[in-house]
Amino acid sequence: MGTLPVQLAVNILVLTAIYALIACGYVLVYRVSRVLNLAHGELMMLGAYLLLMTASQFGSHWAVAMAAAVGLSGLVGVLVYLFLMRKMTGEMVLAAVLTTVALGIGLRGATVLIWSAQQQYPAQRLQIANFAIALPGGARMSLCAALLVASMIVVYGSLLAFLRFSRWGVRMRAAGQRPLLAAQRGINLHAVYALAWGLSTVTGALAGMLIALDSGLDQTMAIIGLKAFPAALVGGLDSLVGALAGALIVATAEILLIHYVDPLLSEVVPFLVLIAMLVVWPWGLFGTREELDRV
Amino acid sequence: MSRRPRASGHFRTSYAQDLKLIQTPTERWVLSAIAVGLVGLPFLASPFLLDLASQVFLASIGSLALMLLTGYAGQVSLGHAGLMAAGAFTVGILSKEVEAPFWMTLPAAALVGSLLGAIFGLPSLRLRGLYLAVSTLALHFLVVYLGGEYETRRGYSTGIVIDPPLIGGHAVTGWLAWYFVLGLTAAGTLLLCLNLLRSGTGRAWAAIRANETVAEALGIGVAGHKLLAFIVSSLLTAVAGALFAYYRGFVSVEAFSLFLSIQYVAMIIIGGMGSLLGAVLGALFVTLFPYGIEAALRALPGAQRYAGLLFAVNYTAFGLVMILFLLLEPLGLVGIWRRVQTYFLLWPFKHRPVAGRQR
Repeated sequence: MGTLPVQLAVNILVLTAIYALIACGYVLVYRVSRVLNLAHGELMMLGAYLLLMTASQFGSHWAVAMAAAVGLSGLVGVLVYLFLMRKMTGEMVLAAVLTTVALGIGLRGATVLIWSAQQQYPAQRLQIANFAIALPGGARMSLCAALLVASMIVVYGSLLAFLRFSRWGVRMRAAGQRPLLAAQRGINLHAVYALAWGLSTVTGALAGMLIALDSGLDQTMAIIGLKAFPAALVGGLDSLVGALAGALIVATAEILLIHYVDPLLSEVVPFLVLIAMLVVWPWGLFGTREELDRV
Repeated sequence: MSRRPRASGHFRTSYAQDLKLIQTPTERWVLSAIAVGLVGLPFLASPFLLDLASQVFLASIGSLALMLLTGYAGQVSLGHAGLMAAGAFTVGILSKEVEAPFWMTLPAAALVGSLLGAIFGLPSLRLRGLYLAVSTLALHFLVVYLGGEYETRRGYSTGIVIDPPLIGGHAVTGWLAWYFVLGLTAAGTLLLCLNLLRSGTGRAWAAIRANETVAEALGIGVAGHKLLAFIVSSLLTAVAGALFAYYRGFVSVEAFSLFLSIQYVAMIIIGGMGSLLGAVLGALFVTLFPYGIEAALRALPGAQRYAGLLFAVNYTAFGLVMILFLLLEPLGLVGIWRRVQTYFLLWPFKHRPVAGRQR
């Protein structure tokens, strides 16, 4: 029994990494354009399927295949904005959200049409051996899970630095705070929004690829994407740090409840946390309070 | 209620006249024709068509309920399938555990629905727009989880089989009986909605939807009316879910996926927000859509190859159609219908005169 607490802690860490990586996509788009992207799970799944595609092209070089898939996902995100969400700018927020819902449904069908509904293993195609790493304390963690944790740290570090210091990061924050003023100061809102969609899809797709490498890929991945949404909301929909904290809270609750109460709870725990949060503190731990009226 | 002219030269000169459900002789003729057609249809149509019609009736009850909540009271809900599941599972659980008859399970489903509506209407007092949509989404997952939990715990992992309801000693089975039961319920729901909307409640909802602060300033109890909208809508939805359970004779969580919630939202968008006609048209469109896709695929050469892909094609096309409506025709099918109507009402002119009679 000595290793159990350590193993649980490791599981929590990995799940936090998964949720945090996905949740930052929700946060990026919401923070910049006030649109809740309910197709994020599907876009993430699409990213994983793109890896499957590039894997057959560059099968021997896994790094090249992943880089290509990440690049393609970013392109998809930008295209989604340009051809779909751009038309919804200035429409009712709800209409924009429903557009993303429709996009998600369409993407689900399209991925089955192209790649079939069977479970697939990109790790095999890339010839990555997903061995387990023994950690101190007797716990184990797969290589891909370790990669997930590492990429969470890298992604959050670079996103925070990007938003804080770079020119485009400042523009994104400005567009999120006061779109009208930002546009009047010469910020190209469409470019900023497109960038946000691109970045959001890239981070989501990265998460999707790593999960697919770890445990295979099929249509259930979109559900993982949706389960990460409570993490974003618990932390506050417009705060990156909040998404990290939210992911930790949701992951902890999920792992502990699954282990001590009922494995079936896995599907519902994030939403229970979400309900509790909406009742007590709807704008999230780090979110801006005024938002409730702005929506 | 309706500010639009219904026919050339037809003016309403009193409030009572404005409130009348049937205003012009043409409307009376058209409605009678529809009623006669609907009563006559089952004696001509095949069982397959009757099943389709019954499905449309069921979907109409649900979409009318959602239209009340979203289209009129302005409260968003993404958890409609969850409420249907609640109604269906009330029937399933009651008829399995205590062998409750039809006349007990249906009110029980309504009660459960209205309770859930009250509980999940409560966040609407604080939350707006997106946040509310999200909390109803959470409701959906919660109800579906509880239903699944019941199924596994009691060993009905493949679903609960329900006996057909007995009315006056006769079991309601067969396409014909269900066609009339569901048709009458849908018609009753439509009438209920029409009456609610032309009463003070409906006007209060419209005011809340337009602007909550102004509604409050006009002396409308915003909190109470919001909750009422949730309760009425959830009650009707749960009853629709209960009828669905009896109609299929089978309850399983798989039937109440998130996709069903999205389908209901799609019904009111495709039909046209803020119109009961739109709710019915949307229900018709969304229910028949997969069958249309199937027929279209069959017509293609090499139909066998596509058989396994049917659901994927259906999803793709459905997402596409929903996007097209949102982008190109936000007013939905009713918007198209109104444009046609206006064209004929104004003929030979193209536009309403700018100066002159108001509206």
